[in-house]
Amino acid sequence: MTLAIKASGLAKAYGDVIALNGIDIEVEQGTVLGLLGPNGSGKTTTVRILATLLQADSGSASVGGFDVATQPDEVRSVIGLTGQYAAVDEYLTGRENLELFGRLFHLSKFDAAKRATELLDRFDLSDAADRGIKGYSGGMRRRLDLAASLIGRPNVLFLDEPTTGLDPRSRQGMWAVIEDLISEGTTVLLTTQYLEEADQLANRIVVLDHDRIEIVCESAQDVARAASLIQEFGSAPATSEEVVKTVLLPVAGGSTAIVNIVRKLDENKIAIADIALRRPTLDDVFLSLTGHATEADEAISAPAKGRRGRKARS
Amino acid sequence: MSTLTSQPTKESTAPRPRFGWLITDSISVSRRHLLKITRVPESLFFALIQPVMFVLLFAFVFGGAIDVGPGGAQSYREYLIPGILAQTVMFAVAGITVGITEDASKGIMDRFRSLPMRPGAVLTGHTLASLLQNILVIGILSVTGLAVGWRIHNGFSDAALAYLMFASFAYAITWVGAWIGLHMPNSEVAGTAGLAWIFPFTFASNIFTPVATMPTWLQPFVLWNPVSCLALAARKLFGNPTPLLGDSFPERYPVQLSFAYCFLLLAIFAPLAVRAFKTRNK
Repeated sequence: MTLAIKASGLAKAYGDVIALNGIDIEVEQGTVLGLLGPNGSGKTTTVRILATLLQADSGSASVGGFDVATQPDEVRSVIGLTGQYAAVDEYLTGRENLELFGRLFHLSKFDAAKRATELLDRFDLSDAADRGIKGYSGGMRRRLDLAASLIGRPNVLFLDEPTTGLDPRSRQGMWAVIEDLISEGTTVLLTTQYLEEADQLANRIVVLDHDRIEIVCESAQDVARAASLIQEFGSAPATSEEVVKTVLLPVAGGSTAIVNIVRKLDENKIAIADIALRRPTLDDVFLSLTGHATEADEAISAPAKGRRGRKARS
Repeated sequence: MSTLTSQPTKESTAPRPRFGWLITDSISVSRRHLLKITRVPESLFFALIQPVMFVLLFAFVFGGAIDVGPGGAQSYREYLIPGILAQTVMFAVAGITVGITEDASKGIMDRFRSLPMRPGAVLTGHTLASLLQNILVIGILSVTGLAVGWRIHNGFSDAALAYLMFASFAYAITWVGAWIGLHMPNSEVAGTAGLAWIFPFTFASNIFTPVATMPTWLQPFVLWNPVSCLALAARKLFGNPTPLLGDSFPERYPVQLSFAYCFLLLAIFAPLAVRAFKTRNK
């Protein structure tokens, strides 16, 4: 098996806020991995690290066999990146944008022009090719942005929320284009907040969300007090269930948080029956993405497109 | 599983002549900015209108009140134009500060940084485009000056040296603007902060009024101010009036000092800006 993307223990913090806490990713050559998670779960941070735009605090990663920290130039020559915002120059035309990026990819003038025309045709932008981007619709901008990321015929493509903010029709259009790329064997790392999108495009889905610590108190009276005492260690508000004497606290730094929580509760004479670190499950993520549980929703029960076989949800 | 085979890559695996690519990448980036000027001609129009207005206002409104020696109003107009040229070069810096901040806050900077281009080229390309715009403005301003009575008295080679000096200074000082732009949170702040430091350097100088008219405590700053040096050097080279305060170093060697300032600005701020660019958002 050949890995196009391999990352282990990637961590990144912005000041006190932990954006990413030791994530491992492996993507096989020619497959599509969907990174699914709510806002703030570290999807974009992961992509930015893998695309050499950001340095991880710890951990290591390689893309296309090149180390992202020590061989950024080599990584950049094999990747394409489409971010959440159309990364093109508003004042230039579609063709001028693609030619500019082609030249910066060190294609010759002739090749850059040829490649631009090819891509404009392919993404159905030929008619708008010589108009300024300012007049493009949201869907057209995204298609141009995707075209721009394909200039160098990348082996590995990062799609960071490629359809966020698009209307359903443009989204369908983007999906069709992305499916085409996938069928040509491009390795894709896709981040999305839409379960449906991950389901449609990805071979495998990795769920990205913060861990949770589950604390079961000895006594139901302690539950509310425990929840407020440990809140300072959490990354989101704690939820408590007095009936089952349980407090659930989302955390970013799992193991250190456990130690702190145990100490804090002990200092305050709150007896604990059980404490455990829970990795997020698809159900948890689905709940935080949609606000309701999985079984009621049509998206998860939508028939998976069988084309690319099994979908492992880890 | 831990051995990764590298994928066959395309044209980009050719050996990299790094410096050669810095040049071609810079040209590509500056072409982008020049295209932008043609798409928004208003920006160039107003970049031109402002100094021309200054020329007309000072030549015909304020000029009569400022004494630069014998010759009256005609003499002041000859004094004024090199000063306005220096001012124009300074004010142009605010434009690049805003431009860089705008780019940096948009996705296009990520696109540039995910390409195998030389990272420094994003800045060298931008500063080069700004230099070309500056040269155009300086040319048009010189013609305006000639129309209101400014003259070049000292022959071709001195005049050419003066224009080379303006171009060098214009290029060097844009790096200060680029460096500031890389530290601004958004283009609104960049618009004000990018101008704030320019005002004292531009107006606490000899560009509109002779140093002798200013308070003694301010005079050393004005004398050593790069903008004053630039204006004084240009006046000497063009053969325009140069009312001097005494025989301090900056008044004796303004041309040498101006070029030294260009070199210093470039040597300090170009590496600083490139470093700020590479580490921004990391």
